[in-house]
Amino acid sequence: MLTMPKPSDQAAPDGIQLPAITVRNFSFYYGSNRVLHDISLRIPRNEVTALIGPSGCGKSTFLRSINRMNDLIAGTRSEGEIIVGDAEIHTPATDIVSLRRTVGMVFQRSNPFPKSIAENITYGPRLWGIRDRWQLDQIVEETLRQVGLWEEVRDRLGASALALSGGQQQRLCIARAIAVKPEILLMDEPASALDPIATRRIEELILELKERFTIVIVTHNMQQAARISDRTAFFYLGEVVEYDTTRTIFTNPRQARTEDYVTGRFG
Amino acid sequence: MSQRIHDTRRSKQIRRDRLGRGLIALAAGLVLAIMLLIIVDLVAGGASVLSWEFLTAMPRARLTAGGILPCIVGTIAVTLVTTLFAIPFGLATAIYLNEYARDTWGTRLIRLAIRNLAGVPSIVYGIFGVALFVNGLSLGTSIISAGLTLGLLTIPWTITASEEALRSVPPAWREASLALGASRWKTIRSIVLPRAVPGIITGGILGITRAAGETAPLLFTGAAFSLPGLPQSVFEPFMALPYHIYVLATQHEKINAVRPLAYGTALVLIGMILALSLVAIIIRARLRKRHGGASL
Repeated sequence: MLTMPKPSDQAAPDGIQLPAITVRNFSFYYGSNRVLHDISLRIPRNEVTALIGPSGCGKSTFLRSINRMNDLIAGTRSEGEIIVGDAEIHTPATDIVSLRRTVGMVFQRSNPFPKSIAENITYGPRLWGIRDRWQLDQIVEETLRQVGLWEEVRDRLGASALALSGGQQQRLCIARAIAVKPEILLMDEPASALDPIATRRIEELILELKERFTIVIVTHNMQQAARISDRTAFFYLGEVVEYDTTRTIFTNPRQARTEDYVTGRFG
Repeated sequence: MSQRIHDTRRSKQIRRDRLGRGLIALAAGLVLAIMLLIIVDLVAGGASVLSWEFLTAMPRARLTAGGILPCIVGTIAVTLVTTLFAIPFGLATAIYLNEYARDTWGTRLIRLAIRNLAGVPSIVYGIFGVALFVNGLSLGTSIISAGLTLGLLTIPWTITASEEALRSVPPAWREASLALGASRWKTIRSIVLPRAVPGIITGGILGITRAAGETAPLLFTGAAFSLPGLPQSVFEPFMALPYHIYVLATQHEKINAVRPLAYGTALVLIGMILALSLVAIIIRARLRKRHGGASL
């Protein structure tokens, strides 16, 4: 298990005292194609950080670098460092299994396992050796309550998760991710395949979850970034053009390109 | 408007369309007709000899009377050996290729080898089986040698069937499992395999039914013309349905007298193969139901 560092009195130019994630000069390659250029930023704890930018700008690649899901793709390579807690995660010695327990992920398309609702939740905890029936039941109820799904599904925990609606499936996937008690939650456009009402529910849920988790979310939806995030990073062509509080990015960006993008003039 | 409706060019197109559809339907119908013709021919030639005794008795009077029990037992035993060898072997290879291997020249070479193995004539497998199992591993002419030889012949099919089944499992499920901290192997065991098993079993059984009817690989690896009793272990020679048909149809001294027996044996073989296919279909239907209906 990775541990978070103790608070320090170090001066922090970006106003972030205790980052959950520190990125230093991080670059990423698919083969010889460099898709992320020298990214440096610090992501604060218990806040929602939105990654925005046009398609192909590298924001999803960056997100998937934080739990090393890019490892699944052949021929990838990285430079620089990403520090989660106090551990550099792109070293050969990195315990990927522990990393992924600390850094959970929710995907763009809801992807519940073809198992029962309860089994979806307990899959993670079982991996970590929890076998006790009673304890697992507790986790199922607790996490389903946290995502606001408990009342809707309490009578059919044994039913297939694939029978749920799209919005319910995505909330189940969030429940599945938080059932292993991660510290950071990565979300890759978690509401882009949902209708407006289901999207609303996911957004409300994200705002509740930030009390307990650090959330990094990729979104194509400007309004969504403005509504739910505390900080926003604008990615363009593999670089972070601007990273600041969401208020600054949307009302008073320093870069002209950022302003053009958030006001819809390009992208 | 009416001119357009009666446009001769268009009606020509429609005629062509009908002709094309007709030819395609004819081809499909022909397949059915051939299948029916084979069955009718077999029934006409062999139904007269079918009896309980035919299925449960030893052959008598130099194969001209009695039953074909040793052939049935031999084919079942050989097919079992083939199954136990080819399905795990094929599945393991498929898991490696589909879940672990990256696209390197090495894996491409393996795939090329599999495709070519599928095209190797079965008699070549027979000769190879003699060299490897009968002589090389000193297993002798036996059920195990013949079963392993047929296993080699079936492996390209079980690999392909398993790979297709594994590929049909959505990558999103693997990602979800890995993102929760599961290892690759745990992901395969808990998420991928349960979903892929129906396809693996169906494809595997279809490959095995093909092997069950093979004759050439049995010729030198263990099938006997005639034996006094049932084999007592897998290290003994055996009689087999396809080889028995071959013997009765071409090698027997009284070919015309035993013709109905050859037809009857063929009927039993076809029946066994149909039964195996049916089992595959039933298993697939059952497992599909258990694992949450239609695939994504």
